[in-house]
Amino acid sequence: MVPPNALSVTKGKRKKRRENLFLRRLFTNKLAVVGLIIVVLFTLVAIFAPFIAHFDPTKMDVNDALQSPGQDGHLLGTDSYGRDVFSRIVFGARVSLFVGVGAVVVGGAIGIILGLISGFYGGWVDSVIMRIMDGMYAFPFILLAIVLMTVLGSGLGNVILAIGIANVPTFSRIVRGQVLAVKQEEFIEVTRSLGAGDFNLLFKHILPNCSGPIIVYGTMGIAGAIISEAALSFLGLGIQPPNPSWGNILQEGRDYLQVSPHICLFSGMAIFLSVLGFNLFGDGLRDALDPKTRV
Amino acid sequence: MSESQPLLKVMNLNVQFHTNKKTIRAVNGLSFQLNKGEVIGIVGESGSGKSVTAASILKLIPTPPGEIASGEILYKGQDLVQYKEKDMRKIRGNEISMIFQDPMTSLNPTYTIGNQLIEAIRLHKKVSKKEAIKQAIALLEMVGIHEAEKRLKMYPHEFSGGMRQRVMIAIALACDPSLLIADEPTTALDVTVQSQIMKLMKQLQIKFNASIILITHDLGVVWEMCDRVIVMYAGQAMEEATVQELYENPYHPYTWGLYDSQISKRTDPNEALHVIPGSPPDLSQPLQGCPFAQRCPYAEEVCFKEKPAYVEKNKGHKVACHFQTKTRNLSRKERDQNG
Repeated sequence: MVPPNALSVTKGKRKKRRENLFLRRLFTNKLAVVGLIIVVLFTLVAIFAPFIAHFDPTKMDVNDALQSPGQDGHLLGTDSYGRDVFSRIVFGARVSLFVGVGAVVVGGAIGIILGLISGFYGGWVDSVIMRIMDGMYAFPFILLAIVLMTVLGSGLGNVILAIGIANVPTFSRIVRGQVLAVKQEEFIEVTRSLGAGDFNLLFKHILPNCSGPIIVYGTMGIAGAIISEAALSFLGLGIQPPNPSWGNILQEGRDYLQVSPHICLFSGMAIFLSVLGFNLFGDGLRDALDPKTRV
Repeated sequence: MSESQPLLKVMNLNVQFHTNKKTIRAVNGLSFQLNKGEVIGIVGESGSGKSVTAASILKLIPTPPGEIASGEILYKGQDLVQYKEKDMRKIRGNEISMIFQDPMTSLNPTYTIGNQLIEAIRLHKKVSKKEAIKQAIALLEMVGIHEAEKRLKMYPHEFSGGMRQRVMIAIALACDPSLLIADEPTTALDVTVQSQIMKLMKQLQIKFNASIILITHDLGVVWEMCDRVIVMYAGQAMEEATVQELYENPYHPYTWGLYDSQISKRTDPNEALHVIPGSPPDLSQPLQGCPFAQRCPYAEEVCFKEKPAYVEKNKGHKVACHFQTKTRNLSRKERDQNG
């Protein structure tokens, strides 16, 4: 037997080059880097909230109400109850990011499993699942979330559940489409010919090959979930005061828009920036993961 | 398993694919058998049912639309057609395994070679991960991949086509199957790599006394590898004989056509290559007479009306043709002599 020695490059070098390609493509995209910086910043703020905020976000002080930014050490002023807006926004980041990630995890888990089953087995199973998803699509998202919130009641867990469920149809669609493509690949038949069962095929061989779009949609889904949470809180269905969330800060500030616009301005900015960050980063990920859009 | 029992016996196999309006009969009453340690070649044009036959033996036909309509596939005396999916899984990879056509797409791009080899081993063998790694290294070395330990940690895209096919062979042999089905294992490779892979397969076949079903349309490969050959056309066996016999005394005009279409040293580079005129019959239509009649230069009225019986001419030499006279056979030999 002749040793095929054409390819004797060490593993370390090879692997490094492979990873570099993805990272290089991600980092040459300036917008993606900006997005990543924003996302990391907000994440750090959320994690270290107690160290960053000087004030208790729920502590009221009527004498201090509706202060302008910068007064009395209140960096971004105070709201109508005299609570420090900066501290509320910092702690609100925790809620918003937690809801964002949680909703994507919940929606993703259900959606991915449904999409896998639907795409892999096809036939009537596929039809039934996809028609249910179509039905869910037919509802306007916010209406669906409102219905779920009214049924489930308010609270952090229920917000996550409601937004998560509203995310299920999109996830299952994306995954189903990928599964339809991947299951035609020859390595799937090879694995089957080795005696692998359906469960093994689905989760070990098909799912990893769907990971690109899932990661991209997941990142963007976080942005969507943050907005949804803000919208639900704004409508009074989400996180209940006095607990801070960007949505309910915005809602409470609405009444004082003319006297103290900073309350709405800064909480709105937080929503805007975080959503922008996740979207830019998601876009960058998509471009870097998709070999068809080589720059 | 008794001495007289063949390893695999396919009897009157019919495989159909149902589409919206039509039923395509991909395999029509195919019968053959394979003994232990024997290498059998299945040759024929594209669409003659070779690959469908291979997939049917492992019951890998996508159902629906495909279906094994009737027939028996007796493996060590057990009819695989009756097997449930769960039981088939114990056969696949363990008793019968398969090597596929395109090594470039046969490996999962998201896992390392080692990961996939170890999975193949542990699907059927109850061994520890450590032991599986050891076996994986041994398998890679067996198929001629050096620095196996390092290669285990590499991804498929870091391998060339020939290397990947070696890996595929290693994976197929991971659980010491009694029967190996190779579905055009070298078609996707370039010529020098093809001969390396065929040599490797021949070596391993001798080493393990394995039985192989080799599906190919390269007659050269058949002469080198096989003990017996089945010539398939339109989902049916047209001729079956030992390699030697088929080379010296081909009976069927279709076999002659395949011979003539080969490129050899004698082929005049200035002359157009021989082709069999026409194309294979539409398998969604019922066949009347001999399926090859439309394209056969010797066809007579009876060929269009009656289906020729598949009869044994010489010892072990079966053929399905109404006419098998020596004169026609001579004509081929004449052609050979004339160059």
